Amino acid sequence: MNILTRRRFLQASVGAALVAAAGEIGWLELADRTRTHPLPPDAGVLVLVTLYGGNDGLGTVVPAADPAYQDARPDLAYAEHEVLDLGEGLGFNPGLAGLKRQWDAGTLAVVRGVGYPQPDHSHFRSMDIWQTASPEHPTGTGWIGRWLDGAGRDPLSAVSLEPVLPPLLAGATTAGATLPVSGLALPRGPLGTAFAALGAPADGEPELQAVAARAVADLHRTVDTLGPALDGGDEPDARVAGGATAPDAPGGALAAQLGAVARCVEAGAPTRVYSVSLGGFDTHADERSTQQRLLTEVDAAVAGFLERMAGSDRGRRVVVTVYSEFGRRVAANANEGTDHGTAGPVLVAGSGVRGGFVGDQPSLTDLDAGDLKPSTDFRDVYASLLAGVLETDPEPVLGAGRSTLPLLRT
Amino acid sequence: MPLSDRDLTRRILQRVGLGPRPGQVDAAGPDATLARLLAPAAGDPGVAATPPPAFAPSAGRAQRQDGAEQGRELAVWWLDRMVAVEAPFPERMAWFWHGHFATSVRKVRSGALMYGQNATQRELGGGDFRALARAMVVDPAMLVWLDGGGNRVGRPNENLAREFMELFTLGVGNYAETDVREAARALTGWRVDAGTGAAALTPRNHDPGPETVLGTTGALDATGLVDLLISRPATPRFLAGRVWARFVGHTPPADADLDALVAAYGPGHDMTAMVRAATGAPAFRDPGSLLVRQPVEWLVGALRALRLPASALPAAALRKGLAGLGQVPFAPPDVGGWPAGAPWLTTAAALSRLQLARAVAGAADLSAVTDVPTAGRVAATAELLGLPAFTPRTTDALTPLAGRPPDLVAAALTSPENTVSA
Repeated sequence: MNILTRRRFLQASVGAALVAAAGEIGWLELADRTRTHPLPPDAGVLVLVTLYGGNDGLGTVVPAADPAYQDARPDLAYAEHEVLDLGEGLGFNPGLAGLKRQWDAGTLAVVRGVGYPQPDHSHFRSMDIWQTASPEHPTGTGWIGRWLDGAGRDPLSAVSLEPVLPPLLAGATTAGATLPVSGLALPRGPLGTAFAALGAPADGEPELQAVAARAVADLHRTVDTLGPALDGGDEPDARVAGGATAPDAPGGALAAQLGAVARCVEAGAPTRVYSVSLGGFDTHADERSTQQRLLTEVDAAVAGFLERMAGSDRGRRVVVTVYSEFGRRVAANANEGTDHGTAGPVLVAGSGVRGGFVGDQPSLTDLDAGDLKPSTDFRDVYASLLAGVLETDPEPVLGAGRSTLPLLRT
Repeated sequence: MPLSDRDLTRRILQRVGLGPRPGQVDAAGPDATLARLLAPAAGDPGVAATPPPAFAPSAGRAQRQDGAEQGRELAVWWLDRMVAVEAPFPERMAWFWHGHFATSVRKVRSGALMYGQNATQRELGGGDFRALARAMVVDPAMLVWLDGGGNRVGRPNENLAREFMELFTLGVGNYAETDVREAARALTGWRVDAGTGAAALTPRNHDPGPETVLGTTGALDATGLVDLLISRPATPRFLAGRVWARFVGHTPPADADLDALVAAYGPGHDMTAMVRAATGAPAFRDPGSLLVRQPVEWLVGALRALRLPASALPAAALRKGLAGLGQVPFAPPDVGGWPAGAPWLTTAAALSRLQLARAVAGAADLSAVTDVPTAGRVAATAELLGLPAFTPRTTDALTPLAGRPPDLVAAALTSPENTVSA
């Protein structure tokens, strides 16, 4: 979409009521934003799907043909005929039928054994490591946040559909915007006008108070730009590591988030990265039924999103990446569950993705204190996405020495 | 220039208390206000007026189905309690410890267990940290939350031991992985009875040791481990950092500030003394030491000013408002608790704050505003909410709403001035 047609889209979509609600932020500013932040029609878009709680990789990409897997998990293991065959002795969890279709179409890559050196078994630290891409030292910035810092510092370049900003979107000087899935209806009339005016800077006010004002202003700009795309969305629930989904949302919380992303992408929103998530993967007990239920929800949401995205030019530039903070211990525990482990698969899918396996499947017998030995560093996945999807040099974000993986068609 | 006495009194009422009642900013000076807050009298009528919900003690499977609903009921009760109390410091400390020992009903799935932990944090929260930490390490909700119940000799589960060291006492970097594994052995053998909800040690499931933690070797049990962790200098410094971030400001303390807080905490591990020392730090009197009010603090502050119970709000508006703001009591996002500072100031939160503010203003008695001629209503609203004078930006934004008091109060609640604790 070029600037002219993009401006037409905004004129067509933003109703008079929204313009009135926006108060002082009028057409001039919208036109400015359209000029300064158009999303080029061939720009890649990255959708990060975070599975909180530590998704069991061996129950996702199942080594059903490996006797060591059957031996380690006598009550948990899937039989070979139960899984969806991917070749090389591996099969998808039975809940992943939609993603199996993506695999068969050659648009889904399975990166195997993804982790980092000296794995941390704390949810908190390990997710922090994945989101900051800094295994050695805790840092206050997320990997996408650092990309934002170096890519124009526009909050709308990276958008979260979760209620609280995930650390991965926090930069040193910029934070991604967070959008409620339920739509962005602002009050009209005098209250709407007053609320918009509260977003203006005030002379001499302290920094954090100024940040609070800027959040109000950013909200109004966001409504101007993305509000029409989000109207009609479903009600979200809070994302929590303990395992909430939104039972009242059709298809679940993840489907509602990805539905909002789909509308934004199709509308040509000036956003290169979207963050969505689902919790509840901390399966210390009764793992098989819990994980299959959750993966079925992931499958419906992600495969449905990918099928929708394949139907438009902008959608075909979208790459979805699904990851979790760690996999789980190879041996089952006494409660038909598994404890915190290490490496796991990362799924990368989209029309531009080169399907197939990437990286080596970790051995089930050559273990590190009962845990899988990672074969691929997660930062190499990120480097590949930064270079191939966001079309930027990975080094300022990830440091030197990363290699890229053959995840994308070129 | 340090804060005026009036602004300092407001800061004390917002941060050591849970927000001023109308007129309270002018009722007493900062020293008297602080002294009264830190020595709460017994027999608070607000406590008597808000008895906790009675949940069956059972943590059995059928009971667990109701866990989410019990969590919501308990959250509304706690908000009502925080609004009702005349002596808010015990609730302030319970709230602080809920964020510190962050435990979620989404996994615990028992109102009785969550309330039990909350009651312990209220009872012990202003006292000797060692007593609180000893209670938390075998607290039934904590044992469920961090899988302490599955931690047995020969089959240790590191979860509780790791978080206790990383997030509750020493802080990250002050222990090694081998210390975590050894500490986990010290915590083996505890389980929560599904019928009574009580935690008990089963001696045959407890590892007899000896364990070596932080260079000290001995047959450690849960109390022995906690006492060892508490004895390390890293622990009071870690706690002082947490107190600083919640009571003073988002700029990390200087070493001398930390030293003062640690000295006040002293050999008695006195948390009230540590908080008092925080309010005595020069930074506490610095106008630049702003805090972003956490969503619950923002809501409770509004409700206390308006004398409106949380349970008087439409239930769906309250639930969606807090979820949209990202802070539901008894449902922290993870064991790390909630963030502090700028991460709260998101675009989505700005919208949720407005929606919840409209529900609050719509349910409240606004006669303190409506009884005033329109020309004085913006100032009356600032007075009602215990805010300093608005900036010209906010005054100009609010003035056109003088004829619409619910909109006026809703917009004032969402003002940048009310989003932070100045």
